Amino acid sequence: MKFFPLIWASLWRKKARTLLTLLSIVVAFLLFGMLQGVNSAINRGVELANVDRLITINKLSLTEPLPISYLNQINAVSGVEGVAYATWFGSYYQEPQQFVFGSPVDPELYLPLVPELQIADESVRKLTQTRTGAVVGQALMAKYDWSVGDRIPIQSSIWTKAADGTSNWEFDIVGTYTVPSDANQEQGFLFNHSYFDEARAFGNGTVGWYLIKVSDPGRAAEVARAVDALFANSSAETKTQSEKEFSQSFIKQFGDINFIVTAILGAVFFTLLFLTGNTMMQSVRERVPELAVLKTLGFSDTTVTVFVVIESLLLCLFAAVLGLGLSSLMFPAMKGVIGQATLPADVVLSGLIAAVLLALVIALIPALRTMRLSIVDALAGR
Amino acid sequence: MSETLVSLRGVTKSYTRGKETVQVLEALDLEIAAGDFLALMGPSGSGKTTLLNLIGGLDQPSGGEIAVNGERIDRLSSGKLAKWRADHVGFVFQFYNLLPVLSAQRNVELPLLLTKLSASKRKEHAQIALDIVGLKDRAKHKPNELSGGQAQRVAIARALVGDPALLVCDEPTGDLDRKTADEILTLLQELNRSHGKTIIMVTHDPKAAEYATHTLHLDKGRLVESAETAG
Ligand SMILES: Nc1ncnc2c1ncn2[C@@H]1O[C@H](COP(=O)(O)OP(=O)(O)OP(=O)(O)O)[C@@H](O)[C@H]1O
Ligand SMILES: [Mg+2]
Repeated sequence: MKFFPLIWASLWRKKARTLLTLLSIVVAFLLFGMLQGVNSAINRGVELANVDRLITINKLSLTEPLPISYLNQINAVSGVEGVAYATWFGSYYQEPQQFVFGSPVDPELYLPLVPELQIADESVRKLTQTRTGAVVGQALMAKYDWSVGDRIPIQSSIWTKAADGTSNWEFDIVGTYTVPSDANQEQGFLFNHSYFDEARAFGNGTVGWYLIKVSDPGRAAEVARAVDALFANSSAETKTQSEKEFSQSFIKQFGDINFIVTAILGAVFFTLLFLTGNTMMQSVRERVPELAVLKTLGFSDTTVTVFVVIESLLLCLFAAVLGLGLSSLMFPAMKGVIGQATLPADVVLSGLIAAVLLALVIALIPALRTMRLSIVDALAGR
Repeated sequence: MSETLVSLRGVTKSYTRGKETVQVLEALDLEIAAGDFLALMGPSGSGKTTLLNLIGGLDQPSGGEIAVNGERIDRLSSGKLAKWRADHVGFVFQFYNLLPVLSAQRNVELPLLLTKLSASKRKEHAQIALDIVGLKDRAKHKPNELSGGQAQRVAIARALVGDPALLVCDEPTGDLDRKTADEILTLLQELNRSHGKTIIMVTHDPKAAEYATHTLHLDKGRLVESAETAG
């Protein structure tokens, strides 16, 4: 790489301009890293969801309840290995922005269906024995500095209690669980459905959704159809889907994140293309006599053109590495929101590919100009 | 007699601008002997630069033959011509044409980047060339930190560094004062006499032509007379 000092020096020909261009590319890639990182972290959750489990919700909406009597009927469907239920508790701790993913379940039905949750037998026993007991994901425990034995006040934005009409619930933490395969899932707060159902002011005898384990993942679609057929034309029709589809539709409640991210980044990079492309063009235009001198000295048309392209690649890749590096520094701080502390590797890779593409596109016109540059015309200032 | 280094036979050059064709050089025959220091004079627009560019392999003739050191260069592809220039010709221009971002040392090293020389050899050769033009102590300076005369010396060092047989200089003293011009011309004369370089120099300055061994006059694309000078 004996040509490197020459290319590097040409890149920094106008220091302020190169620095500003560099900065604008860095900012674009910082944005790229953060938005795509968040997007990918969310989609990752979607992809990890198990395919041998189905979720049955009310056909009208995720927020409409289903009768608890469906439990036995679903259990009777052929191909169903186990059924459990859960309900969206809509809860928070102290402040509304301190979400707690709380859900009342029947531990004996629910826990066997989610083997990825690792929980001590002792904790399971205590949960079933303690009416107000709760088992809490390790990450959530750490987040609020809770310990086993604590009595925790939890607010629900949906459910009020029959006894006092308030939504102030209290639980005794009897144990914790971990999810070694995906720490993102250690945010849950599980407690007894029996306690919840007795204490709540309304909705008694209903659940939020059913979780179904199928005996053969290959028959999942068939089982889903059979379950929905069971309740067709009833007062509460159902929609049964894979966990993946379920979490996608859940996330879509917050808007189409994928689309938003793509739209923002599209606009940013489109602008960047013109901004940087123009700077690059200007820089080559100013250097026409120098490029002609290189050709005069015997550098071939191709070599001089490659210099211009490498210059563009250096600029864009250097800026992309800086921008992605900066964005990866932001991730530990975002762990609480997206449950992921590092910038995903696939985002880094696609960022670098984007940088190369950007470099090639903005170098295209200057490179063509360099290639065609005639020595005698350039030397004569024509 | 010394052997011929450059030979032109029936060389023509025309440019087409729109529908109009401008005949710049007309059926030019010329022989330049190895070891010559040739001054090329003539009115502005007479075709001096055009002729020099053809001899230096920067441009191709519209017709005729150009041979340098026995090699026909009028039919070479642009890639081959580039390689040929790197191996055989050194260029000096009126406005020095140094790369502003590189130090004198690195400017002089530029042509050597195309050779197989190691970094240390390149550096060594560049230092020798800078020494020849008397600028060894300015190696680290950027062109904008040099005077016009010094910049032109660096340009001459760059032209010399690959040890070409032929130096082509287009008004090398056109931008310099009398005294500095004389110093540069003395240097060129020295390169011609002691280092055996064949030099073709375009100039408007009759005093500059006095440093050459021969002078040719070009007018409207034709050679009008040639005169021996004291040299
Ligand atoms: N690429 C070109 N296209 C059109 N015309 C050209 C081109 N190159 C040279 N000419 C014309 O050829 C003629 C000779 O040009 P050239 O540069 O060789 O002159 P010159 O003798 O070097 O003049 P000067 O002393 O001003 O440098 C001029 O009339 C010029 O306009
Ligand atoms: Mg000229």
